[in-house]
Amino acid sequence: MSAVSKLPGGRFLGRFLEKIGFGGRSLVIAVPVFWLLLFFLIPFLVVAKISLSEAAIARPPYLPLWEWEDGFLNITLNFGNYLFLLDDPLYMSAYIESVKIAAISTFITLLIGYPMAYLIARSSPDNRNILLMLVILPFWTSFLLRVYAWIGFLKGNGIINNLLLKTGIIDEPLIMLQTDFAVYVGIVYTYLPFMILPLFANLVKLDGSYLEASADLGARPITTFFTVTLPLSISGIIAGCMLVFIPAVGEFVIPALLGGPDTLMIGGVLWNEFFSNRDWPIASAVAIVMLVVLVIPIMLLRKAQAAEAEAH
Amino acid sequence: MKNFTLLCSTMALTAGAAMAEGELNIYNWSDYIAEDTIANFEAATGISVNYDVFDSNEVLEAKMLTGASGYDVVVPSVEFMARQAQAGVFAEIDKDALTNYGNLDTGIMEILAVNDPDNTYGVPYMMFTTGLGYNVGAVSERIDADKIGSWDMLFDPETAAKLADCGIAVLDSPSEIMAPALNYLGLDPNSEDKGDLAKATELLLAARPHIRYFHSSQYINDLANGDICVAVGYSGDILQARDRAAEAGQGVEVAYAIPKEGGQVGFDMLAIPDDAPNAENALKFINYILEPKIVAAVTNYVYYANPNTAATEFVVEEVRTDPGIYPPAEVQAKLFSLRPHSARYDRMLTRAWTTIKTGQ
Repeated sequence: MSAVSKLPGGRFLGRFLEKIGFGGRSLVIAVPVFWLLLFFLIPFLVVAKISLSEAAIARPPYLPLWEWEDGFLNITLNFGNYLFLLDDPLYMSAYIESVKIAAISTFITLLIGYPMAYLIARSSPDNRNILLMLVILPFWTSFLLRVYAWIGFLKGNGIINNLLLKTGIIDEPLIMLQTDFAVYVGIVYTYLPFMILPLFANLVKLDGSYLEASADLGARPITTFFTVTLPLSISGIIAGCMLVFIPAVGEFVIPALLGGPDTLMIGGVLWNEFFSNRDWPIASAVAIVMLVVLVIPIMLLRKAQAAEAEAH
Repeated sequence: MKNFTLLCSTMALTAGAAMAEGELNIYNWSDYIAEDTIANFEAATGISVNYDVFDSNEVLEAKMLTGASGYDVVVPSVEFMARQAQAGVFAEIDKDALTNYGNLDTGIMEILAVNDPDNTYGVPYMMFTTGLGYNVGAVSERIDADKIGSWDMLFDPETAAKLADCGIAVLDSPSEIMAPALNYLGLDPNSEDKGDLAKATELLLAARPHIRYFHSSQYINDLANGDICVAVGYSGDILQARDRAAEAGQGVEVAYAIPKEGGQVGFDMLAIPDDAPNAENALKFINYILEPKIVAAVTNYVYYANPNTAATEFVVEEVRTDPGIYPPAEVQAKLFSLRPHSARYDRMLTRAWTTIKTGQ
């Protein structure tokens, strides 16, 4: 029975589609495949194409890769853009710095997010819904506005400084805005729900009888946590960390608004190449290399997920 | 929101029912028009206007070079417009359709013709200088009076060090900061020489530890709030900060100075993309802006001088006589304007700028 034939009046259409090889199953799969083709593969190929071109004063500001001339197809591929990235240590240090900032933020997010997810998973179903709601609630406000709100908290005569000055804890306002500290605060704050939600989904499935069994065998709660709960939630941890780490590496808005001028992240370097240098090919090469840098953790995630699927 | 227009202005061109007279899509700098100019234009012509803003030439340029931006009027600075015109992104201005074209200052049109031969692609909108905005109280208690209004406030490390604790902000625009740095060193502000660039980079690196941030619009609010005490920025923006500070009544007094060593004078141009969907309405708008009373009202509001000789009499006296807006002849003599750079030099410049900002 195909999905289509269950639609009222769709029986005939369903049979017809099945006959020509478009059963309900392939239709269902076709939607995500089409989605990936349209919104991932094609844009990726366009960027890859531009990365092999050469910058020019034109619209668009790069030379075409191929030209048809007198029956000859001339293809010019310029790998110089990638070699250029190796030439200048700036790019390498921007990648390393981005990965470092993303990794540290991911770790902090995990430290904060895990207890929260655990608490939500262990609370009564009524409270659970309220707590989950509270985690999701910030999404109802624009991301940009929430980052702007942090400027109000962190700036020289902002809320935090005024509070600390009034209570006499500090004499001079702390410089928090336009520092790496502010970038960490921004990333951890923004991505916390992406850590909590997969962790929650994992922890809520945890069978309470395992914990009881562990306690019956004489393990203290802390031992139970490290030997039972934590290993069982590892796939949730990986999913949460990936959801935070991957977008954090390429983050542009948070360092641009909260970071200092010496905060060097790959998003900012890409902006410079694209806007200040009008060098779309180099900017594309930077983006492609970043993708390659990110593919490794994505593959780790898939491996972990596959391992989990096998275990079940 | 205007502080971060590069993200927010992703084309708000979803206008619903167009009026009979059609539409007009304008892309202008943030805080760069009088509050009622657009409403008055709509009332006078029946054209419905979509108005978006940006805060850097680079963002506008990327949209122009991508094409199909959907905008009918854009406002690049003249040296950026020159290069974009080379890429063929602008339509020629139909001067016959502009009945008010004769109001423009012929001397300024000649200066602009250096970058835009025969004034083919652009009509000047406003003129600005890049100079020093400062918090009068905070600065005068930290440095000597003779240093105030001098590039020493940024380029002399000793002076800048004294101002670092109250905050120095600098435009995030390599060409507009490197040019005065070259000029301060007695070099040609439009030099593309590698050695000159290295010297100017050296100068800025020495000042770097004292600079709090680089941004092209955030300083308006920060200066007005007293979050920073020195901003290298655009004249009108700093004068708007002065007014906001006075309105807020928190005891912050902001002043603007064209540095005594000289500063950059720039021109922002009204231009029509060659794929503008409403090119005729664009010309109507440009002609409307060329009306003396209209452009004078803009100047009175944004504190930028206009190149319209017929408009000067409608500019209120305090604006007309403000040396930061209409600089006197002896200051004008020290102003310099920018030329478009070669792609090779732009790359060197951006790279030097990254070094200055990040130390990498």
